Amino acid sequence: MEMAYYPGCTLKTNAKSFEDSAIKAFRHIGIELKELEKWYCCGTVYSIAQDNLMYRLASIRNLIRAKEEGFDKLVTLCSICYNTLKQANLMARNDAESMSKINAFMDEEPDYGGEVEVIHPLQILKERMWEIRSMVKKPLNKKYAAYYGCLLLRPAEVSIDEHENPRIMEELIEALGGEAVNFPLKNECCGSYNVVANREAVIEANYRIITNARKNGADVIVTSCPLCYFNLKDMQRVVKKFYPDFVELPVQYFTELMVEAFEVKQ
Amino acid sequence: MNWLLDKVEELSGENLYACYQCGKCSAGCPMVEQMDLLPNQVILHVIRGNEEVVDAKTPWVCAQCYQCGVRCPKEVDITKIMEALRLIKLRKNVNHIKLEKVRKNLPQIAVVSATRKYTG
Repeated sequence: MEMAYYPGCTLKTNAKSFEDSAIKAFRHIGIELKELEKWYCCGTVYSIAQDNLMYRLASIRNLIRAKEEGFDKLVTLCSICYNTLKQANLMARNDAESMSKINAFMDEEPDYGGEVEVIHPLQILKERMWEIRSMVKKPLNKKYAAYYGCLLLRPAEVSIDEHENPRIMEELIEALGGEAVNFPLKNECCGSYNVVANREAVIEANYRIITNARKNGADVIVTSCPLCYFNLKDMQRVVKKFYPDFVELPVQYFTELMVEAFEVKQ
Repeated sequence: MNWLLDKVEELSGENLYACYQCGKCSAGCPMVEQMDLLPNQVILHVIRGNEEVVDAKTPWVCAQCYQCGVRCPKEVDITKIMEALRLIKLRKNVNHIKLEKVRKNLPQIAVVSATRKYTG
């Protein structure tokens, strides 16, 4: 089965390992992630000001590209792209007034009304846990803390699971043979783009989240967001300078666990 | 007349008077340790028309994670109120960061987000 895939900016650079592992893992379970022929940055953060439709145009254009290529579903790996495209798509479906302005403004584009469905790969996996279980060749043998962060879960109307206590990633970890540990900070924010202007906020969040995962027995933190990955993994060496007692913890994308457990060849 | 309240309500689309100051937003905010005003205090300042709130650190520390909004028992989306306060400044052409001072080697996702949130 072929599904339209929207990469977003960071999947082609810092998060290349996320894209590579996702394409391999999904091919292994029979889903070909077909990259859109044309795509643009989604805008990263969904514009929540009532009067700012301009910042939502990029997301809508991407959804139009998917529709033009004949797809009714659009898969995106990055949590931030997922959130931004999904919220823009909800606006396209529910807010006719804003959409009439956007459609009139983008008169070079065909009108859009939310026909494409934005989905996150974890939602696809949820329907196929039995199949995933049967494909495991080398069961995971570590303890994992599933970290969702904010944008897979909030606002509630775009959540991929129950937003206060999601279970999808834990189910996947268990299906792959690993042990999912209890992790109370799984839906806390990592500090997000504060890393640009206020690193202290990210250092504090990193210390709190990693230490909590470790105290709950985790060997690895699992994520689905390139920015969480950067803030939780790359920032650990900075955190270590501020907190001498800090013990580092590996961070992996959920798709990397799939590749490991399925023993997918190159 | 309280221009600040009017402007925040216009930009956010939220009813600030719905807030009954229970503090659940502040209790759950993952960035609260970095803030000079608690999110519920920000609402109070806007309602009272205290214009200094526009210069507070709080809206700039908010990472738009939506935790406050999904937990609010009165369904006030505080995330949008923080955005409104940021925009009141940004729309006067006052950028919160100097782009030339941004560290190298950050992922694009961080830089693009920060540009959207911290510059007008």
